[in-house]
Amino acid sequence: MKKRVTIGSTCIGIAMFFLLWQLAAMLLARPILPSPLVVVPLFCQSFFGELGLHFLASTGRVMAAILIATMLAAPVGLALGQMPRLDRVVGPLIAIVYPIPKIIFLPVIYVLMGITDLSKITLIAIIIFFQILVVVRDEAAGLKKELILSVRSLGAGRRALFRYVYLPATLPAVLTALRVSVGTAIAVLFIAEQSLTQYGLGYYIVVETYQVLMYPEMYTGIMGMGLLGVSLYFLIYSIELRVNRHLYVG
Amino acid sequence: MAMIEIDRLVFKYGDGSSLFNDFSLLIGKGEAWTIIGPSGCGKTTLLSLVAGMLRPERGTIRIGGEVITRARPRTGLVLQDHGLLPWATVRQNAELGLTIRKYYGPDGVHSPQDMEADPDRLNERVEYWLDWLGIGDLQDKFPAELSRGQRQRAAIARTLVLDPDLLLMDEPFSALDAPIREELQKVMNTFHAESGLTSITVTHDIEEAVVLGEKILVLGNGVNSLPVVIDNHLRGAIEKRNDPEFLLRCSELKMTIAAHTVALPPESN
Repeated sequence: MKKRVTIGSTCIGIAMFFLLWQLAAMLLARPILPSPLVVVPLFCQSFFGELGLHFLASTGRVMAAILIATMLAAPVGLALGQMPRLDRVVGPLIAIVYPIPKIIFLPVIYVLMGITDLSKITLIAIIIFFQILVVVRDEAAGLKKELILSVRSLGAGRRALFRYVYLPATLPAVLTALRVSVGTAIAVLFIAEQSLTQYGLGYYIVVETYQVLMYPEMYTGIMGMGLLGVSLYFLIYSIELRVNRHLYVG
Repeated sequence: MAMIEIDRLVFKYGDGSSLFNDFSLLIGKGEAWTIIGPSGCGKTTLLSLVAGMLRPERGTIRIGGEVITRARPRTGLVLQDHGLLPWATVRQNAELGLTIRKYYGPDGVHSPQDMEADPDRLNERVEYWLDWLGIGDLQDKFPAELSRGQRQRAAIARTLVLDPDLLLMDEPFSALDAPIREELQKVMNTFHAESGLTSITVTHDIEEAVVLGEKILVLGNGVNSLPVVIDNHLRGAIEKRNDPEFLLRCSELKMTIAAHTVALPPESN
């Protein structure tokens, strides 16, 4: 059984967050930490202007990366999970590459792919790719032989097995991997957006506001990035709840 | 009329040791068979061969006159592990075979060419078997919420919903507690009496072999060539399981099995 997050507990969390922020701002009393009473109205105002465009640019990059990574990693993971012999060959390589922080390839990707959006998306996609690859492979490999056999005995061939067993069996793990890696993805996005672009929250926070000491505006960017992370997290979480109904029974 | 004709079957394990050599057997339509023998005798292998999940090295297996080269849509298989999808409800699990048939359409390979396609009648069929097996009220539950016996009932429902003409069961009740096992043995006996379906049940339990099989095939753990078949009119006599006749049949069967069991050399390590 997993613990569910309720709307009530989320509201309490948000209230506590802003309360602590306000307290810290009052105690510190320096321009680098403006009060949420200043930042939140400013955020609401600029979100439908300039800030909104930066927010959209960042969201688009993360979503594209998630989509590309999932579409590539899920089939490869399934294949590896179903073919232990192939997995034995490439498994050691994956084990080595998996823990390497992919952000270090940032300059390489910039040089190879140019300063387009594609290079930023690729970098994030690579991070998510390995997360999903590993969980899908492990889930597919962990399916009991009896389960496969009994579904085959109902007439299922490869296609039906994929549709009715492998897909639903790995989907929860894919979602969990996405939910967990979305934080890392946004962190990397923050760094990748600091240069070679005109739009994106990373650019907005570091270049447009921080470097010119516009602290309240900088905080609206920070809030935007926080909001992006939180919304993606809960979006995936809500899909998980729907898909994983069987894990919450009893 | 023979439902299953096994003709000069040859099958070896992966390590080259022979399980079946020139093994021939006829199973009549509507007969309830059990297969028993020591572990390693090839009971499950024989069942998998009949199910078309394994291919014989030589010889043929015919079902209803047709040579089996792959899993056959009208053969129903129930395994020891219920094999229910954990993320699907009882209802969805019971419908899984129908869903798969619908997915492929009547191609004669994954589903029979003359398969029922009317959704209302299929729905009725699902309801019927769930109710018949006493799990009609549990349709919206997930397998994790059921007892072991209920899960196995759901697995049986899933198979019967497909309207099989041959039912194969591999130790279907051996993971269950004794009272539940007996209950399900009764259920299957009633089912056989009502439906007259040809069935083969693999078991390692002597009593179960006597309770479920009108014919009992005894396999040995050496090479099986000539089938050893016991005619058993005590099938279904669950309430008589303490009668002298029943106990005598069990001990006879025990001796027959012992006679076909080769003592394995002690493991050397």
